[in-house]
Amino acid sequence: MTTDIPATAPTVLEVRNLAVEFALRGGTFTAARDVGFKLQAGRTLCLVGESGSGKSVTARAMMQLIDAPGRIAGGTIMLSGEGAPVDIATLNPRGDAIRAIRGRRIGMIFQEPMSSLSPVHTIGAQIVEVLRLHLKMDRQQARARTIELLRQVEIPDPERNIDRYTFEFSGGMRQRAMIAMALACNPQVLIADEPTTALDVTTQAEVLDLISRMQRELGMATLLITHDMGVVAEVADDVAVMYRGRIVEAGPVDEVFHGARHPYTKRLLNSVLKLERTSELKQASTAADPILSVRDLGKLYQPRQGFLSRRPKTEVRAVDGVSFDLMAGESLGIVGESGSGKTTLGRLILRIVEPTEGTVTFRPATGAPIDVRALDKRGLRGFHQQVRLIFQDPFASLNPRMTVRQIIADPLVVNHIASGASLDARVSELLSMVGLDPAMMERYPHAFSGGQRQRIGIARALALNPRVLIADEATSALDVSIRSQMLDLLLELQQRLGLSFLFISHDIGVVRYFCDRVAVMRRGKIVELGPAETICTAPEHPYTKALISAVPHPDPRQKRMRTRTRLDA
Amino acid sequence: MSLEPDNLVTDTDHATELPLDETQFVATAGASAAVAGQWTLMLWKFRRQKVAMASLVVVLLLYLVAILAEFLAPYDVDMTRPQYTYAPPQGISLFVTTPDGGWRFLPHASGYKIVVDQEAMRRTFVVDPEQIIPIGLFVTGQSYKLWGLFESNLHFIGPTNPADTVYLLGSDRIGRDVFSRLIYGTRISMSIGLVGVVISLALGVFLGGISGYYGGAVDTAIQRLVEVVSAMPTIPLWMGLAAAIPLTWPSGLVYFTVTAIVSLLGWTSLAREVRGRFFALREEDFVTAARLDGSSEMRLIFRHMLPSITSHLLAMVTLAVPAMIIAETSLSFLGIGLKPPVVSWGVLLQDAQNLRAIANAPWLLFWPALAVMVSVLSFNFLGDGLRDAADPYDN
Amino acid sequence: MLGFILKRVLYMIPTLFGMSLVSFFIIQLPPGDFLTSLISAIADSGQSLDSATVAALTAQYGLDQPFYVQYWNWISGILFRGDFGWSFDWGQPVSRLIWDRMGITLFVSVLSLILIWAVALPIGIYSAVKRYSIGDHIFTLLGFIGLAIPTFIMALVLMYVSYKFLGQNVGGLFSPEYQDAPWSLGKLWDLCLHLWIPIVVIATNSTAALIRVMRANLSDELNKPYVVTARAKGLKEFTLIMRYPVRIALNPFISTIGWVLPALISGVTITAIVLNLPMAGPLLLRALVSQDMYLAGAFILLMSVLTLVGMLISDILLAVLDPRIRLQ
Repeated sequence: MTTDIPATAPTVLEVRNLAVEFALRGGTFTAARDVGFKLQAGRTLCLVGESGSGKSVTARAMMQLIDAPGRIAGGTIMLSGEGAPVDIATLNPRGDAIRAIRGRRIGMIFQEPMSSLSPVHTIGAQIVEVLRLHLKMDRQQARARTIELLRQVEIPDPERNIDRYTFEFSGGMRQRAMIAMALACNPQVLIADEPTTALDVTTQAEVLDLISRMQRELGMATLLITHDMGVVAEVADDVAVMYRGRIVEAGPVDEVFHGARHPYTKRLLNSVLKLERTSELKQASTAADPILSVRDLGKLYQPRQGFLSRRPKTEVRAVDGVSFDLMAGESLGIVGESGSGKTTLGRLILRIVEPTEGTVTFRPATGAPIDVRALDKRGLRGFHQQVRLIFQDPFASLNPRMTVRQIIADPLVVNHIASGASLDARVSELLSMVGLDPAMMERYPHAFSGGQRQRIGIARALALNPRVLIADEATSALDVSIRSQMLDLLLELQQRLGLSFLFISHDIGVVRYFCDRVAVMRRGKIVELGPAETICTAPEHPYTKALISAVPHPDPRQKRMRTRTRLDA
Repeated sequence: MSLEPDNLVTDTDHATELPLDETQFVATAGASAAVAGQWTLMLWKFRRQKVAMASLVVVLLLYLVAILAEFLAPYDVDMTRPQYTYAPPQGISLFVTTPDGGWRFLPHASGYKIVVDQEAMRRTFVVDPEQIIPIGLFVTGQSYKLWGLFESNLHFIGPTNPADTVYLLGSDRIGRDVFSRLIYGTRISMSIGLVGVVISLALGVFLGGISGYYGGAVDTAIQRLVEVVSAMPTIPLWMGLAAAIPLTWPSGLVYFTVTAIVSLLGWTSLAREVRGRFFALREEDFVTAARLDGSSEMRLIFRHMLPSITSHLLAMVTLAVPAMIIAETSLSFLGIGLKPPVVSWGVLLQDAQNLRAIANAPWLLFWPALAVMVSVLSFNFLGDGLRDAADPYDN
Repeated sequence: MLGFILKRVLYMIPTLFGMSLVSFFIIQLPPGDFLTSLISAIADSGQSLDSATVAALTAQYGLDQPFYVQYWNWISGILFRGDFGWSFDWGQPVSRLIWDRMGITLFVSVLSLILIWAVALPIGIYSAVKRYSIGDHIFTLLGFIGLAIPTFIMALVLMYVSYKFLGQNVGGLFSPEYQDAPWSLGKLWDLCLHLWIPIVVIATNSTAALIRVMRANLSDELNKPYVVTARAKGLKEFTLIMRYPVRIALNPFISTIGWVLPALISGVTITAIVLNLPMAGPLLLRALVSQDMYLAGAFILLMSVLTLVGMLISDILLAVLDPRIRLQ
């Protein structure tokens, strides 16, 4: 299937009937089949799909970069311009011909800016290398050009930073360096494989801006691989949706977003758009009494002053004077970028990490309020029955060596709440509650998918009839289509069981969908707290404004990032 | 992209969840994989490794030899026949030529004839295929007490006529049967490996465990100890410790002291590994989850953390055995480990200490050396196989 | 960088202290003290010591003092006067006996280390890059066998082989005719003829181990995203493998000196005993057997120090190679 894009720009790269296969024990796995698209000069094609859809494999096929046991099993990849067109699919992956194309005519950016650059070479050395290889520059020329490139990608003080190592850079800076490297030889085609997935939203916005600007300046054809429909809406000219190794829908971005034909595209768009507003399942919370009160909570990491260490180490305030009330039956979102202290906050409340200052007060259904920081081991155990944690990683948080029954029953057993037949009955009940078949309780976690595992984790959290759940990025590891189902499950459970949620997330959409109120964290502090709708539509604090406006909007007709506010340091 | 268990997904009840990539692998997942515990998964993974499986068989055979030494050996370990000094190994044949030129089944060893070396003025034995000494399985011979308990005179292999002598692997300076001594030596050498590793393991798990679990000052102190011990060259240190064993001690005590010395210096790597794994596990989400579930420290360690490292421990322990065997062999060879009348592979190798002895009777070097190599190799292969299978959840 | 080195040196001090304690513990280990040995040695020669002399000697050597005082006497002698104690067996100060032999031990160890690296590095790289090829399988098998043969057996076998097939007698470092001759090309050649067996013997085990380390490290590195990045730049496969993954896999390879050196010293010791080379090994064994403990202790301490110095060098090398260690 080839898309016919009604655009006048010349086609630089055309893929037809591409198939990629992996030879595995017990058969061949076709990762991509019958894939076709065109890349045109100056235009951006977004290849979008969920994990395992075959989009990354397709990207790598463009440069013959597929690792054994994978191989291109059929189709053509025609690269035009600079002489006669070349069919990349027929080139030897180790040959001179493909090497003359890599880095010279096609540049590539990868997902992990840390591991995609060598840790023991300077940024400069890694860029100079490309220039010397393809453009035959001498050392001085290459160095001068590298400094210029670094300046173009907005790396400050390029004369100095050219000699620094990747680990001395932040994630965004590394990705900028990566872009400089990919664009060093003015390639015709830029392939960006999930270039912003590992970055925070504000950094993502900057990097996407940079890619667009460079594309305009150099007139490149760009292939952007992403799983994020918001990113697609913001940057794409054309879209191809991949599902199970095939392109199921393709066309100009507006057509795909507003006139999707394929059921998968429709479902994908629905689950994304669903997170653009408050859930319909959400009922206005009526409670007024706080169930959990946090006052001036802080965690100060005092570094051990290493003897003879050259640089004096500074102390780190991971969480700094945080105060809020969680009302009974309410969902309070904690939003922030990486390093904002939101995860530590959750752990401080549960005393997985000991706070260094402030108070946490929990009000049980009966009896006096509890000062959590003053609890002894036994008291803390009681507190942990009422306030439970849902983890981010559905794989790491379940002991792979225990059956689902053992995992869910463990809190009931250790707290001597149930045993024997009543234990089994309770486990069955919990499994049904989270939408799993109780017949599967003898299975081990490895027999379940990510979404199912997260449900098991939720069942474990519910086993002790808790009153508060702290969900730490509970949906971040899941694909977008499963994400909204998980949120709906939590909402349903909240209403059925009268739960209160402290919902920690970096994802504004998820928080808006799920939460009543939102607290925005930055550098260990809460900068703004208010009703979810207000925070997401009319924030006051400059940081929140920058944050919200950096979130890609999954509608190409209302690009949010174009008009975003930047926060000046 | 492999077909490891993580990809074995059964998505039956979630028609609503959009199928993930994983579902494309479902075809290969049996229902049994879903309910298979870690040991079953490990067994599946281990069984795919042919070399490791074969090594397991060899190791089991070696321990069988060690257990049944008295029965398997044709002669007693100390049986001397001074008239047969340095007799070379006799070949075994299964058939004899009959006078009419045909073949007849008769398992036998060839006898010896004596050749006098005029120059060196020495008698040497030469294997003479003309002489036939019939041998058989399950023959009667010298009586012995199996494990010092059961009296018997049945031997697995030997000459059918008890009066004959058979040196299948040759004889030593005072006419002792190298084959029998090698079998008895297996008992000592293989058991030292096993006992030594148990002591190492106990020390390593205990110190490594508390080091990794408590951290802090305890950890620093233990790490320092590990550092000192592992930085000192082992052979000189072993020699220094072993040389202090008084000559007057009974052989049983010497055996245990040598084992202890060998294991004392082997625990460091185990301690280091256990500590590393405990450190990593302590931070695992599922351990935190168990702590929040209300598990006590003991339950955390024994129910959640230890099961995750037992398989790794098994592999580590298997890989530690060869070092023990080599250590014992080396010390005994130098004359400061086990000493006669105890028989181990190292003690046997003492007879091959100088060039003259080896030139005269290369079999004194060859067979014990081969035994050491075979055992060390199979433990290494087995350990490697176990290590590869140790984490069935690893992609 | 200087601060880093200073830090490492300071960090070594407690380890050194621990090692000296262990060495002194070994000196003290045999029943009786060295005076008992002295008395029995003198008694063997037909004389006897009166109790006053014994008392005087006891006081002189501080034998009536507690362990820590005796330890201090011993270690301060070494640190401030280079005095390692007295060898009864030889009737000389220990310090006069050890340095020659430690010198040759060091020389042979360094030669072996160079051989180990020269062999293990290219084979390790080859095996990792051509994983599961026939060559890799052959090297893997050879490596396993190399690991399985105890050093002394290897020495015995090579000794036998060289005697049987090359007609060489390989005991010692020199043939008798060169033993006391002045240095010449002939003597050097003779030394080489004698030295190749011990060096091969000593190097085999560690070479096999290092091949496996390099293969494993590099195999891991080959799958890292930065290799794909380098490939996407259009670099030649050989260039990119040498420049990136090999360069990074080299770091753990170098830090293996930490355990290769103790193993090497162990190998040198036992090989020297088997082949009767004029190195530390045979003298240490003789000292231990005759309970000449100050001599034995000196060797054990010096060998430990040698490995520690080796580790320091590897730490420094590592910092030179790896900016992550140097700058953080």
